[in-house]
Amino acid sequence: MWVSALVAAFTAVSGIEYQSDAVKAMQADSFGNPGLLWVDRGAELWKQKCTGCHGDASSMEGVAARYPRHSPQLGRVVDLEQRIQACMPGLAWESRDLLGLTAFVARQSNGVPISVDVSGPAAPLYERGRSLYFERQGQLNLACTHCHDVNAGKTLLSEPISQGQPADWPAYRLDWQSLGSLQRRLRACYFGVRAQMPAFGSDDLVALELYLANRAKWLGANVPGVRR
Amino acid sequence: MIDGRLRVPESVKPGEPFEVRVLILHPMENGFRHDAAGREIPVHIVNKVSCTYGGREVFSVDLGTGISANPYLVFFVRAGGSGVLKVEWIDDAGERGSASANVNVG
Repeated sequence: MWVSALVAAFTAVSGIEYQSDAVKAMQADSFGNPGLLWVDRGAELWKQKCTGCHGDASSMEGVAARYPRHSPQLGRVVDLEQRIQACMPGLAWESRDLLGLTAFVARQSNGVPISVDVSGPAAPLYERGRSLYFERQGQLNLACTHCHDVNAGKTLLSEPISQGQPADWPAYRLDWQSLGSLQRRLRACYFGVRAQMPAFGSDDLVALELYLANRAKWLGANVPGVRR
Repeated sequence: MIDGRLRVPESVKPGEPFEVRVLILHPMENGFRHDAAGREIPVHIVNKVSCTYGGREVFSVDLGTGISANPYLVFFVRAGGSGVLKVEWIDDAGERGSASANVNVG
């Protein structure tokens, strides 16, 4: 209960604010942000495969800010990667094509405040995401909230603990030396608390993404992000 | 084909140095890492980057294993007249990539 009160009280701060000046500069570099190597591929694919139905990429403005979202067509809540996979079956998780297209589409919504619909058919998954967020997991017996609400802003060894905001993803993580999806990042947290990692595309990860997106309400994204 | 990006200024003054930026998509495996099964991952790096201006080489560099993944290079070139600047890179497996841009001097 007291934790929920805390969540309501804090202001959403993007993960980039917890990074060093060098990383901030890297993300802000309109040429040298390494995530743009994936975005270039996404732009190329968009031109080849997407323009037939969706036209110019400007049609995607604001779309990513509404994901994850319930798709009546698919009959379930999907994140942006899964929506793209539904359009183009065969794009593997964490492949350059899927990450590139996701980042390219998400980029059209840079600066657009995140606002997801958690009512109606999305409500059960949202509730699941919320309970996962507050549930202790793994050998370290920690819930998301123990780091990202209670101890956000402090350091874990040499690393600052962020609020765990989902904006800016897919992001280039220096640790990975690659662009990676938000699901990959969430799996890394599961690994960190020594819990069993849910599979890519599993309901648990989408539920968490939905909860986090709603928690990040009104935060603007800056895709591709750069993190340490 | 190794993808990359290249940026030159929109216009430059004759004889004045201008900045060339290159970003190359490459894992730059240094040969010291092991995969999940414990096998050594062999060295796999871009080891040569060269830049030509109007067909003449104006800059080149030999990269080693100390360079991180997705190398980002910035160097300066002087031009007397307009022309095409081309940057080429090749890795130790012989795979190549390139990018070129028009330089407007005036």
